[in-house]
Amino acid sequence: MPMALIELHNLQKTYRVYQKKEGLRASIKGLFKRTHKDVHAVKGIDLQVEQGEFVAFLGPNGAGKTTTLKLLSGVIHPTSGTASVMGYTPWHRENDYRRRFALVMGQKNQLWWDLPAQESFRLHQQIYGIEPQQFQNTLDELTNLLDLRELLGQPVRELSLGERMKMELTAALLHSPEVLFLDEPTIGLDVVAQHNIQQFLKYYQEKRKITILLTSHYMKDVAALCKRVVIIADGRIQYDGSLSGIIDETTNRKLVTLQFADPLTDQLMNSLKRFGTVVRHEAPRVTLGVTRDDVPAMLTAILDAHDIDDLIVEEPPLEEVIAEVFTRVSESSAVQATEDGNC
Amino acid sequence: MATAISSQRHTGSRIKTWWTILKISLEERFVYRGDFALGTLMRFLPIITQIFLWYAIFEASGKNRIEAYTANGVVAYYMLTMISRAFSSMPGLCSGITLLVRDGEIKKYLIQPIDLLGFLLITRIAHKLCYYAIALIPFAFVFYLCRGFFESGWPDVQVLCAYFLSLILGFLLGFFIEASLGLVSFWFLEVTSLIFVYNLLNFFLSGHMFPLDLLPVWASEFVSLLPFQYLAYYPAAIFLGTIPPDQIWQGLAVEACWLVIFIIIARVMLNRGIHRYSGFGG
Repeated sequence: MPMALIELHNLQKTYRVYQKKEGLRASIKGLFKRTHKDVHAVKGIDLQVEQGEFVAFLGPNGAGKTTTLKLLSGVIHPTSGTASVMGYTPWHRENDYRRRFALVMGQKNQLWWDLPAQESFRLHQQIYGIEPQQFQNTLDELTNLLDLRELLGQPVRELSLGERMKMELTAALLHSPEVLFLDEPTIGLDVVAQHNIQQFLKYYQEKRKITILLTSHYMKDVAALCKRVVIIADGRIQYDGSLSGIIDETTNRKLVTLQFADPLTDQLMNSLKRFGTVVRHEAPRVTLGVTRDDVPAMLTAILDAHDIDDLIVEEPPLEEVIAEVFTRVSESSAVQATEDGNC
Repeated sequence: MATAISSQRHTGSRIKTWWTILKISLEERFVYRGDFALGTLMRFLPIITQIFLWYAIFEASGKNRIEAYTANGVVAYYMLTMISRAFSSMPGLCSGITLLVRDGEIKKYLIQPIDLLGFLLITRIAHKLCYYAIALIPFAFVFYLCRGFFESGWPDVQVLCAYFLSLILGFLLGFFIEASLGLVSFWFLEVTSLIFVYNLLNFFLSGHMFPLDLLPVWASEFVSLLPFQYLAYYPAAIFLGTIPPDQIWQGLAVEACWLVIFIIIARVMLNRGIHRYSGFGG
C-alpha cells in the first residue's frame, strides 16, 4: 500500500513544566526545590493525509493542534511515535525537507520588521535557491492575487495586520512548497481581510493542489476551505471526517424558527415547550431546538393549530456543535482523571 | 566530475546566500543610523576616564614607569584595547539569542534551510561593518591626535599582519563564546546573570581593565591559560611589541584552538538545545 503524504503513528509529546505556587514564600522555596509537572500536549495521534488535501485542525486552546504542527515542521521533537512528511522525518530537519514545506504562524512574524517585505523576499530567494525567473514569476503571481504590488517597498512595521499576513503568506509560498502548515493565519484580522485570505488560500490550493494543514478558531475559515476536519481535544483525535459529518455525529437537534401571525401569548409559549427547548425568542419569531426525528410531527401540529408567516428549519451553528464536542471531551477527560486518581 | 560541478554550484549558491544576508543586514543596521552613530561615539567615554585614572596613579606613585609601561604606554595600550574590543565585544548577541528562544522567534530559523549560527555570524559581521564605517573617521581622528603616545611607532609588516589576524580571531572567538552563552537559554530561559558574570570576568581577565602583564607572575600565568586575553589584551600586546615576535604565532595558534573549542561547544549546544526545545511562544 503506498504511503500517504503525511503519516503520523502514535505521535506523543510531553512537556515538563515548572509548577510554581502563588506568593513570595513559594518563589523563595522554588530557588531550592522545584516541582515539575508533565503536560501531555499530544497523547498519541494517528493520522494520514493524502496529497492535495486541505485539512482543518480544530480544537480548544491547549488541545495539541499547534504542538502537532510544530512536530510536523520539525521545530520540536516528539516524546515518542513516528511521523513522515513526503518521506522525511520532520525533526531530522534535513535541508531537502525544509525546502519543500512552509509554516505560517498568525502570531509570529517571519519578515524583517524594519525593512520592506521585498528585501525579505530577496533573502528567501537565496535561502531556498529559487531561480531568478521562477522567483519573479511566483512573486508577480502572488502579489497580484493578494493585491500587494504597491506595498512591497514599505517597511513591514508600517503595514496593517492584514497586509502583513498577506506578505507572510507570500514569503511562505515563494519557494512553491508542496506542504503548507497554517497556524491560525486569520487571527486578529477583520472580516474583509479574513475573507480575502480565505479566497486566496482556496484559489491557490485548488490551482497548485498543494497539501495544507490549517488550525483556526474561525469556523468560517474551516467551512470555506476544508472538506476534511480533524478535531483534536485533550491531545487526541476526537473526530476525523467531513464538516457536515460532525453535525450528524454530534447533535440530533435541528433549529426550527417560526414566525407567528398570532400574538405570542404565554399560553402559546408554554405549548411550544412541549416540542423542544426555546433557543431564542424575539416576537413574533421563536427558535426552538427540536430532536431531529420529532421535526415532522412538530411542524404538522403547529401548522394545524396556528397561522405561520415564515418557517426555517436549519442545522445548529457549527460553532455550537464544535463547542459541544469540546465540552463533552473535557468532561470525559475530567471523569477519567478522577477515576485514575481513585485507583 | 558531475559531483564536483554540482558541489561548486552548491558552494557558489551558498556564498550568494550569505552575501545577500550580509547586504540585507547592513540595510537593516542603517535604518537606525542615528542611534548607531551615538552609540559609536559614546564608546570613547570610558577610555577617557581610565586614562585620567592612570595619570593619577602615575602621579601618586611618583614613578614614570610601572613595570613595562610608561604613562604614554598605558594610554597607547587602552587605545588599542578599544580597537580589540570593537572586534571582540558582541553587544546584544547573547540576550538576542535568549529572546529568540523565549519568544519563539527561533522557529523561523528552524524551519528554513539555513544554519542559525551562520546566520547570526553574518548579521554580526554586518553589525560590525556598519560600526567600523561610522567609527572609522572618529577613531582615525583620535588616533592621529594621540599618535605621540605610541612611543615605539608602527610595528613591522609581519607583526601588523599578526595583529590584524588576532583581531579577526578575537571577533570570531568573542562571537562563539557569547553565542554559546546565549544558547544556554534552551535550558534556562533567563541568562541575564550569566551575561553579567561573563562581562565581569571579561572585564578583568581580558585586559580591558588593566594590562595583564601588570599582574603577579602566578596570576598572569593563570590568566594566560584562559581564552579571555585574546578578546582585548593579546592584540594590543602584539601591536605594542610586548610579545616577542617568535612567540606571536604560537599565541595565535592557541587562540585558534580556543576558537575551534568554542565553535564545537556552540554547535553541540545548538543541536542539543533544539532537541529539548519546547517551541515556546505559540
